[in-house]
Amino acid sequence: MSDSYVSLVNGGLGGTVAKKLGLPRPGVLRRQTPDAPFAPGPVLVLGSPASADADAVAQLILTSDGGADLDIRRAAAGASARWGAVVVVLSDVEHPRDLAAPMLDLSGALRALAPGGRVVTISREATSSDTPSVAAARQGVDGALRSLAKELRAGATGNGIVLAGGVDLTAASVGAALRFFLSPRSAFVDGQLLTVSSVAGEAPGSWDRPLEGRVAVVTGAARGIGAAIARVLARDGARVVVVDVPAAGEALAALANEVRGTALQLDITAPDAGERIIDHAVSRHGGLDIVVHNAGITRDKLLANMSPEQWDSVLAVNIGAQLTINEALLASPAFTRSPRIVSLASTSGIAGNRGQTNYAASKGGVIGMVRATGPLLAGVGGTANAVAPGFIETEMTSRIPFATREVARRLNSLQQAGLPVDVAEAVAFLAGPAAGGINGEVLRVCGQNLVGA
Amino acid sequence: MPRRPQTPTTIPTTPAGTPAHDAGREAVIVGGNRIPFARAGGAYANASNQDMLTAALDGLVARFGLQGERIGEVVAGSVLKHSRDFNLARECVLGSSLSPQTPAYDLQQACATGLEAVIGVSNKIRLGQIESAIAGGADTISDAPIAVSEGLRRALLKASHAKSLSARIKAFASVRPADLAPATPRTDEPRTGLSMGEHQAITTATWSIGREEQDALAAASHQNLAAAYDAGFFDDLVTPYKGLVRDANLRPDSSVEKLAKLSPVFGTSLAVPATMTAGNSTPLSDGASVVLVASRAWARDHDLPVLARVVDGESAAVDYVHGHDGLLMAPAHAVPRLLARNALTLDDFDFFEIHEAFASTVLTTLAAWEDADYCRTELGLDGPFGSIDRSRLNVTGSSLAAGHPFAATGARIVATAAKLVANRAAETGKVSRALVSICAAGGLGVAAIIESAASVPGADAATTGGAL
Repeated sequence: MSDSYVSLVNGGLGGTVAKKLGLPRPGVLRRQTPDAPFAPGPVLVLGSPASADADAVAQLILTSDGGADLDIRRAAAGASARWGAVVVVLSDVEHPRDLAAPMLDLSGALRALAPGGRVVTISREATSSDTPSVAAARQGVDGALRSLAKELRAGATGNGIVLAGGVDLTAASVGAALRFFLSPRSAFVDGQLLTVSSVAGEAPGSWDRPLEGRVAVVTGAARGIGAAIARVLARDGARVVVVDVPAAGEALAALANEVRGTALQLDITAPDAGERIIDHAVSRHGGLDIVVHNAGITRDKLLANMSPEQWDSVLAVNIGAQLTINEALLASPAFTRSPRIVSLASTSGIAGNRGQTNYAASKGGVIGMVRATGPLLAGVGGTANAVAPGFIETEMTSRIPFATREVARRLNSLQQAGLPVDVAEAVAFLAGPAAGGINGEVLRVCGQNLVGA
Repeated sequence: MPRRPQTPTTIPTTPAGTPAHDAGREAVIVGGNRIPFARAGGAYANASNQDMLTAALDGLVARFGLQGERIGEVVAGSVLKHSRDFNLARECVLGSSLSPQTPAYDLQQACATGLEAVIGVSNKIRLGQIESAIAGGADTISDAPIAVSEGLRRALLKASHAKSLSARIKAFASVRPADLAPATPRTDEPRTGLSMGEHQAITTATWSIGREEQDALAAASHQNLAAAYDAGFFDDLVTPYKGLVRDANLRPDSSVEKLAKLSPVFGTSLAVPATMTAGNSTPLSDGASVVLVASRAWARDHDLPVLARVVDGESAAVDYVHGHDGLLMAPAHAVPRLLARNALTLDDFDFFEIHEAFASTVLTTLAAWEDADYCRTELGLDGPFGSIDRSRLNVTGSSLAAGHPFAATGARIVATAAKLVANRAAETGKVSRALVSICAAGGLGVAAIIESAASVPGADAATTGGAL
């Protein structure tokens, strides 16, 4: 399951050979460890000269938890170390020409970007009510960021925060998103623009344990990505209920004991699954705050060869069960403490994948579902979002034939597959109290996969 | 039935030397866990009693979030046990996710081990000596101990005590080729040399229990167990182990017609036609099960459910060697005594969980209770003890379908009974009761009363006032 190619090309001889032959040289991704700083070097904040927004962002980083330890600069001159991150503040651009100065300043700083460094843009959503030049400038950021992300090497990533609906830089979720993108938690998130659409959400008491006091349920938790999600939510302080089908009970019990949570053997397609989940969480743990819909199955077939059973079972597990459970959650008085629903979509649901009409229908369905569910939860400070993994090293992908798997691994800007923990970090971020202003969105964890990105 | 007073007591008012327990304390069943039972030599062929019991414990810990919890006591045992497993329960605790500060001891009472463990810990909880306990058992046929022959064993012991090489050689010189054959474990009755099946075959013949009714009981066991699995009844009672998800012995499509085709295996040398087959006798099996028992206050403090309470238990034994009772008839004695003590009759029970060692064991027990002569002469009653409503018997299947790893059967049945009465009470709003009865080798039998407990009036007052 491990990607030995990544270690090969990051070794002395292997690296030289790969460089000479022009082979892909994926970098080693910087991942979360206890006490990891949220940037691997000084942070450069760029913007148009004398931009009040850029000053505000610099101040935002400085005053955030752990920010005081960072070397934060508003100009590139005089820096001795390589940049841990460059934040490009473009929220005040009014014409495409306004992009020139900050982007060209960024150009100068890129060669000094540390391995595993970060570029984060902050911009505003382009809408049809903007003047044409404002909309052009704002939408231009999108194209520039996505292209830049494809140019970065050595495990560095580029992502953007998009402010929508008049949200300003002080919104809790702007700080939280910035923190997430700068930190190792976003290791495999690349080329993504995440929209903050409201000022909802609040900073956690502790950024080390942002989910302290929260009760989370993870479905399909016995192995793979679900198990990683349970581990990360527990690491972040949540009390976790792990759910899987009775047949997966042995691995589920071991995981529950590892994360000091409880195991609930349950078929999520049972009509009363939602009630049983709520009842378990409330009676055992005193409430329910986070539900991660991770359980999913594949029954790949070309549509021409698809049986009704193959179509129905995938739709029933991957989207039908989520809809039914969400109905119970929305009706429950227990699910009203700034609740979070995070649902697992897939890049297949965005870009499509041959042989996966059923799976892609279910995963596209997830995206539609969270978009429509988010507003229903906003009244109680809640959100519903989706995380769409790309190619992730799991038991499932390890069964893909070697050559196909090797190619699939390299088909993204980071030229490697992600790990289950990368998906889990994104889920934990969206489940956090500070992410309340991010609602109905899809966050891709795909290393900027060539499909769907 | 008479309820014990629910008035609370507190430690400061308890005179010195008086047990510091509250007469109203209850032992409640929080839930249970077991691994699916395997057939001997099957999925658990390479698992030891310790492996299986640890797995059962860890599944219970996971279900109820007991990681790192110091439980008052873990009591478990196994019938076929290696001498190295002298501290089986304690070793399993140390290998589990429970606090290593959890004390444990082994208990062994043949097939009644698990039920006796439940009764024992319940009594300690009611006395106030402990607040929580896990009772259970494990047994493996696949990993049964094999000993050396008596001759070789003596020689080895003599040699180990020998002071010189020549004395050692002399010790081994006494070993004969026949002594090199291993001594395999026997489940035969030591005093009669008869297997349990042969004993039961005699009882079956004595009571004229027919082949057809035995097969009907066996088929019902399979059908009931399969239906319970399909309905999700075991979702919170069973945790899969080593790839086994359901009991390996379960045959959902079992029927009287199919069972009728099997040849008898016990009682073939008796004067009457033999009726006991592999289909209406329990198979040799591997497995483990545990039950979490607690005081009501402990359960509440840990936000855990309360399914039922352990009301009372009774052990009995019969003189099957010299007397005229069958080897497995002790429950026929235990139950009337238990019910009399609690002022209950068979009509007061919604569920009867009678361990199916053999289909005919259940049927002879029921026949005995309906027999005026037997009840007068053997049980000392005035007339027939009574009949039970067959629709209340082993409603989610029993040992014929699930299998019977000896010491694991008690906790399997108690957890099932607790869930049955809890569900029934939730449906009807009334107290629901189950009678548990298990026969065991040596002419032993143990019975217990399990009663729904979620809505006992005044219970909260009794426990919140308790100083323990």
